[in-house]
Amino acid sequence: MFKVIGTRLNQGYRTSPYPNQPVRLSSRFRGLPEINAACDPAIVRRCAGLCPQEAIAAEKRTIDLGRCTFCGACAQVEDGAFVRFSGIFEMGAARREDLIVSGALPDLASHAKAHFKKLFGRSLQLRQVSAGGCNACEADTNVLNTPFFDLSRFGIDFVASPRHADGIHVTGPITRNMRTALLDTYAAVPAPKVVIASGCCAISGGPFYGSEDIIGDLNSLIPVDLYIPGCPPHPLTTLHALLAFFK
Amino acid sequence: MASLLRIGNGEVVPRQHIPRIDFPRFLRVLTDFVRCNGYIVQFFAYPEGERMRLLAVLRNSELHVVETEVERDYPSLTLLAGAKFNLFEREIAEQYGLRPNGHPWLKMVRYHANASGRPDVFGNDYRTDIPGNYPYYRVEGEAIHEVGVGPVHAGIIEPGHFRFQCAGEEVLHLEIQLGYQHRGVERLLTTVPQRRWPILCEAIAGDTAIGHNLCCCQAIEALAGLDVEPGARTVRTIALELERLANHIGDLGALSGDVAFNPPAAYFGRIRGEFLNLLLELCGNRFGKSLVRPGGVTQAMGGEQRRIICAKIKELREEIVQVCDLLFSAHTVLARFEYTGTVNRALADQLGLVGPCGRASGLEYDVREFFPTERYADLPAITNRATNGDVYSRAMVRREEIVHALDLIEQLLAAPEEAHQPVRSAERRLAPASFVVTLNEGWRGEVSHCLLTDDDGALLRYKIKDPSFHNWTGLAMALRNQAISDFPLCNKSFNLSYCGFDL
Repeated sequence: MFKVIGTRLNQGYRTSPYPNQPVRLSSRFRGLPEINAACDPAIVRRCAGLCPQEAIAAEKRTIDLGRCTFCGACAQVEDGAFVRFSGIFEMGAARREDLIVSGALPDLASHAKAHFKKLFGRSLQLRQVSAGGCNACEADTNVLNTPFFDLSRFGIDFVASPRHADGIHVTGPITRNMRTALLDTYAAVPAPKVVIASGCCAISGGPFYGSEDIIGDLNSLIPVDLYIPGCPPHPLTTLHALLAFFK
Repeated sequence: MASLLRIGNGEVVPRQHIPRIDFPRFLRVLTDFVRCNGYIVQFFAYPEGERMRLLAVLRNSELHVVETEVERDYPSLTLLAGAKFNLFEREIAEQYGLRPNGHPWLKMVRYHANASGRPDVFGNDYRTDIPGNYPYYRVEGEAIHEVGVGPVHAGIIEPGHFRFQCAGEEVLHLEIQLGYQHRGVERLLTTVPQRRWPILCEAIAGDTAIGHNLCCCQAIEALAGLDVEPGARTVRTIALELERLANHIGDLGALSGDVAFNPPAAYFGRIRGEFLNLLLELCGNRFGKSLVRPGGVTQAMGGEQRRIICAKIKELREEIVQVCDLLFSAHTVLARFEYTGTVNRALADQLGLVGPCGRASGLEYDVREFFPTERYADLPAITNRATNGDVYSRAMVRREEIVHALDLIEQLLAAPEEAHQPVRSAERRLAPASFVVTLNEGWRGEVSHCLLTDDDGALLRYKIKDPSFHNWTGLAMALRNQAISDFPLCNKSFNLSYCGFDL
C-alpha cells in the first residue's frame, strides 16, 4: 500500500497539455509537407521517381497524404528543394481529395457534415477494426487511452462491441480475409454512424498497394467520413482529427 | 559433398555452393540435426524453372544451409522428425501446393491460394470466407462447451480467431486460426522495385519495424557489397534496443492491467511512449520507420540526439526500477503470475520456441549472442534467471532485458561519437545466383529474412520469418488445463504478432 502511494506521488500528473496549449514535437518529426511551387521541374520529377509510394504527382506538384508514409525520402533530394516536412501534426481531412495537397489542408473543423458534431460532439463511442496492416496504427491509437493522452476526458471512448458504438475506426489495407468481418462489424453499428479511415493503409493500401490480397481503399467498400493520414498517424494527429471533426 | 554448408549471418553464398541432396538423405540429415539440440531458422519452398526446391537454414551454435528437390509431395518431416517442422510444412503446402504426406494435422496457415497453380492441398475454395471448409478440432462430451473469440476482438488489437474447448472453466484445448491479416508481403516483395522493400519490411510488424527492416537492409547490403559505417551501426543497435524497451515495458504494463493492478499499467503505459518518442528523436517516426536503409541510417545521430537519449534514460531508469518493484512485489500479482500458463523446457524445446518466451522456459538462445550483427559482438550478453516457463518467468525475462537494454544503450553512448553520413535512397545491383540469410534478435526473438537471386540478380524468392511463427503454438500449449479466465494473461505474456505471422 505504501509502495502504491509512494509511486503515485513520484509519478505525479503527466497528462498532455494539448489541446489547451500548443505542443511541439521533436525537430525531426515529419508533419504536413511544405511544397515549393517554384521548384525546378527536374527536381520535382526526381522526387516523384524516388517516392516508394508513388504519392507525388510531378506535373501538378502535389503530394497525396493518403498514400504518403512520411518516410522523408523526397525531402532528402537537393536538401528539400521541392519538399520539406513541417512540424504540423494536424492533418485530418473530411474528403479524400483534400489529402492531395500542394500546400495547406482545408480547416477540418468546418467540414460539411455538421450533423456529426450535434450527434456525437458530447459523446463519441467508437469500435476499432484492425483490417490488416502492421499494428502500428492500432498501437498508436491504443495509447490515446494512456494517462498521457487520456482520450476519455473528451467524452470519446473505444468500446468492445459495435452495438455500443457510434461508428468504426478502421486501420489496415483491408485484407481479403478481413473484408467480411469488417462489413459485418459496420452493419452491426446502429445508424446514424460514422466511418474513420486511419493511416495510409486504410486510405490507399499504404505500403501494400498493388497486392492481390488486399482491397486497399476503405472508401470503395463503405463511405468514409474522416481521413487521418500517417504511417501510423501520430497520436496527436488522431486526437486533433477527432476533436476538430466532432467538437 | 558435405550434407550441410556452414554459413554466417548475413554472408552471401553462391547458390551453387548450397548442398543439394536427395530427399531420403535430406530427411536423415534434418532428423539427426533437430534431435541433437538443433533448430530450424527457415524452411521453405522456391521454384527453379519447372522444379521445386526445399531449402532449410538450421542452427545449433552455428548456422547451416541445405536443400533438396521435390515433386508434388514428400514424406512429412513433422511426422518423422518432430513438431519443429509443423508450421513450416503447412506453410510450404499453402504457398506452393506441395503435400507433406502423413503430416499429423495438415491445416491451412493463412488461407490463400498457392502460387504454383497446383491443386490446393486443403481442398479450399478461396472465394468462400476464411477459414473455408475447415472443421475445428472438437472435444466431445456432455460437459464440454466451446468458446469462440474473434476475428474482431474487444480491444484495439489485431484480428485472429481463437477456439477454446472447455470443461467448465478449464481449457482442454485451444485452437488458434490466423491469416486475417494476410497481405501477401513475400509475393509483393518479389514484384516491386527495391525502393519499396524497406517500407514494406517496416510494415511486416510495426512493433518490430527496426527488427524486420534491419534483416532486409543487411541482406541488401550483403548482396550489393555495401559497407556500413560503425557510427551508423551504433544507431541501428540503439534503435533495436529502444524498440525492445518500448515493447517490453508496454507488455509489463499490460500484464499488470490484466491482473487488475492498475498503477503499473498506467505508469508503464506512459513510459512506453517515452521510448517511442526517443525513436522519434532519432528519425521522426515513433516506430523507427524510415531510420534504417541499405548502407546505414537516413539520419545521423548527432550531439543533440545523444544528449536527449542519455538524459531520458537516466530519468526513466529510476522510474522503471521503482514501478517494477511495485509490480513484482505485489502478492496479488505474484499469485496470478506464478505457475500460470507453464511451458516446460522439454515442450519449449520440442516446439522450438525463441526469444523471451524460449528463454523463460530455459532455452538459452539469443541471436545477439550467438550470431551477432551490428554492434552486438562488442556488448555483454544477458543471462536470464527465471526459467520456469510460466507467466512469471516471461515477465521476469522482460524485466531483466529492460535493465540490460538500458545498460547497452548507455554503454554505446558512453563511447566517443563516431561520425557517420546519412544514406540516400538508391537502387542497388544485387549479386546474381546468390543466397543470403539474415537474423536479428527482435524483441520477440529471432527475426529472419532469406533472399535468393536469379542469374540476372533479380529477386527469385523473399522469405520472411517472424519469431511469432515459432511461438504461437507455445501459447496454445500454455493454455492446456488452465482456467479460461487466464487466457488474457497468458496471451499477453507471449504477446505475439498476428501481422508478423500472417505476412
